[in-house]
Amino acid sequence: MTIQLNGRQQELSGEIKTIAQLLASLSLENRIVIVELNKEVINKAAYTDQPIKDGDQVELIHFVGGG
Amino acid sequence: MLQIADKSFTSRLLLGTGKYPSFEEQKEAVNISDAEILTFAVRRMDIFEASQPNLLEQLDLNRYSLLPNTAGAKTAEEAVRIAKLAKASGLCDMVKVEVIGCNKTLLPDPVETLRAAEILLDEGFIVLPYTSDDVVLAKRLVDLGVHAIMPGASPIGSGKGIINPFNLRVIIEQSNVPVIVDAGIGSPKDAAYAMELGADGVLLNTAVSGAADPVRMAHAMKLAIEAGRLGFEAGRIPEKNYAEASSPGEGLFT
Repeated sequence: MTIQLNGRQQELSGEIKTIAQLLASLSLENRIVIVELNKEVINKAAYTDQPIKDGDQVELIHFVGGG
Repeated sequence: MLQIADKSFTSRLLLGTGKYPSFEEQKEAVNISDAEILTFAVRRMDIFEASQPNLLEQLDLNRYSLLPNTAGAKTAEEAVRIAKLAKASGLCDMVKVEVIGCNKTLLPDPVETLRAAEILLDEGFIVLPYTSDDVVLAKRLVDLGVHAIMPGASPIGSGKGIINPFNLRVIIEQSNVPVIVDAGIGSPKDAAYAMELGADGVLLNTAVSGAADPVRMAHAMKLAIEAGRLGFEAGRIPEKNYAEASSPGEGLFT
């Protein structure tokens, strides 16, 4: 399936079906990352169960230096 | 002690983490500043590039409180979205409301700032709005119930220092929550002056990160803020128009 990931079209391999699997595929499972799915914040506890569907808009957000 | 909502802080310096020349200088500046509150911005991860060292992931989070900002927001709704994302990290419940209304001066949009503060208070955030030095707007924000008010000394990153000490003094006098002078600080003198006016804290970033030696400047700012606060608490002498000798007039010999 294809999702919109951080503003880019991204083709996902067949075995990625949840947020947790997406994060693992990007080696982000141990990083400080905030997930927004179709403009809704997803709680960490829900990553394993939260399915991703074709056409979903996913934003992976983090903290960067700022004033 | 600086008291914001239910949190107490020994340091009155709040340090921004943006635009340091190197990651090592950033870490060392943060360390030597003794700041306990660090600001961050909330941005998309650059997942398509090799990952850079991330300060936050190397911090002892027992030592620091995170103050994410809503920089990039131009409306209350955008600020609320950013604040909610930041809180979802589970690492912070404070937010610096920053809604910019003018690209040239980076001055805050007063109407959107007020609206964002109201929504975020309803949502249970600890709200610290960045505002201009407008006395009435500051009062309106305090009346809403914000947990601290953060008037700018002068435009962000300008280093112009305190342009309107009169307004800042009135904002400080009328506020029943901490006043943190945020933005525009250029040198340790400006930071000390803000504290002498009675500010409860100073938030700065570029003054340190843009200095020729950010680590030494972080140390200087820490000392300036401590000195300014001590001076405020000690109570300065009144200004006079003419001289008054400090040596006795009696006992002169010829």
